[in-house]
Amino acid sequence: MVLDVLELLKRKDPSITYRRSCREGVCGSDGMNINGTNGLACITPVSSVVKSGGKLVIRPLPGLPVVRDLVVDMTVFYKQFEKIQPFLINNTPAPAIERLQSPEDREKLDGLYECILCACCSTNCPSFWWNPEKFIGPAGLLQAYRFLADSRDTAINERLANLEDPFSVFRCRGIMNCVAVCPKGLNPTRAIGHIRSMLLQRAT
Amino acid sequence: MVTNVTSFGRSGLYDWLVQRITAVILAVYFVTLFGYLLLNPDLDYQQWQKLFSATWMRIASLMALMALCAHAWIGMWTISTDYLTSDMLGGKATVIRFFFQTACVVLMFIYLVWGIQILWGI
Repeated sequence: MVLDVLELLKRKDPSITYRRSCREGVCGSDGMNINGTNGLACITPVSSVVKSGGKLVIRPLPGLPVVRDLVVDMTVFYKQFEKIQPFLINNTPAPAIERLQSPEDREKLDGLYECILCACCSTNCPSFWWNPEKFIGPAGLLQAYRFLADSRDTAINERLANLEDPFSVFRCRGIMNCVAVCPKGLNPTRAIGHIRSMLLQRAT
Repeated sequence: MVTNVTSFGRSGLYDWLVQRITAVILAVYFVTLFGYLLLNPDLDYQQWQKLFSATWMRIASLMALMALCAHAWIGMWTISTDYLTSDMLGGKATVIRFFFQTACVVLMFIYLVWGIQILWGI
C-alpha cells in the first residue's frame, strides 16, 4: 500500500509529516493525492497507481491550505459539513425506547451513511476549488441527503430551504470526480440529484 | 444559505430550472432550423422570408431569442462567480466581477431588442 511507502520514508526521514490512524480505510485520515488522483494511502496498492518502472508522486489533497508536507487545513471542509446540520432533527417527543424505522426506510440510508469524511471527493471537485466557502461540496451534500432521506428527521423543509441558493447545491456541475475517487465507492452526484428533485418537488 | 443578488432569479433552483428549460427550447429550435435547411437545399430568399414572416416562426424565434438571453445570463454569471473571485484576482475581484456581469446583462438586452427589431422588420 502507498501508506507503507510513506512509513518507509518516515523511518528514513522522521520529519516527513502526514496523517494516518487506522491504516485500513475506516478513519479517513490519510486522504491524499496519489499520482494525480485522490485516495486513501492505506488502501491504495502501489501496483494500482504505478505502472512498472513508473514514478509514485504523492501530493497533499488539492484545494486546501497546506499546513505541512501532506497535512492540509480542513477547516473549510468541516465548516461546510457543519452547515448541513449533520444530526437528526426531530421535534416530536422522544419515545420510551428508540425511534423505530422500517427496514425499507433504513435501506434508503445505504450508500449515504458510510461516508468517512476523508475529503477525497470534495478536494477533487473543481466547483469546490473555486468556491470552497459557498459550495457545500460532494461530501457535505451526500450527508445532507443522508438526513433528508431519513424517515425519522422532521426538519426536511428547513434543510431544503437552506440549500436552494445558487451556490450550496447548484454549483455542482455534474463533473463526477467525486464518484470517481470515493474510496468507499459512494455516489455523491446521485445524492445531489435526489436533493435537486426534492427541491423541485417542494417548489413547483 | 448563501445570499446572492446578481444571479438570474436569486434562487439556485430557479436558475437551474430555467437553464434546463431554455436549453431544451434552444435545442429544439436550432435542430428544427437545421433540419429545414437540410430539407431545402435550394432555398431562396423568398422562401426564407416567408418562413420568418409566419406568426408561428416569430413566436418560436422570439422564444428562442429570450431563451438564449436567459441561458447566457445564467451561464456567464456562473463563469464570473467561478473565476472572477478574490481567490483568483485578489482585492479588485468584486469590481471586476460586477463590471463583467453588468456588461453581460447590458449586451444581452441589446441583443434581445436588436433581435426583436430584426424579427419584426422582415
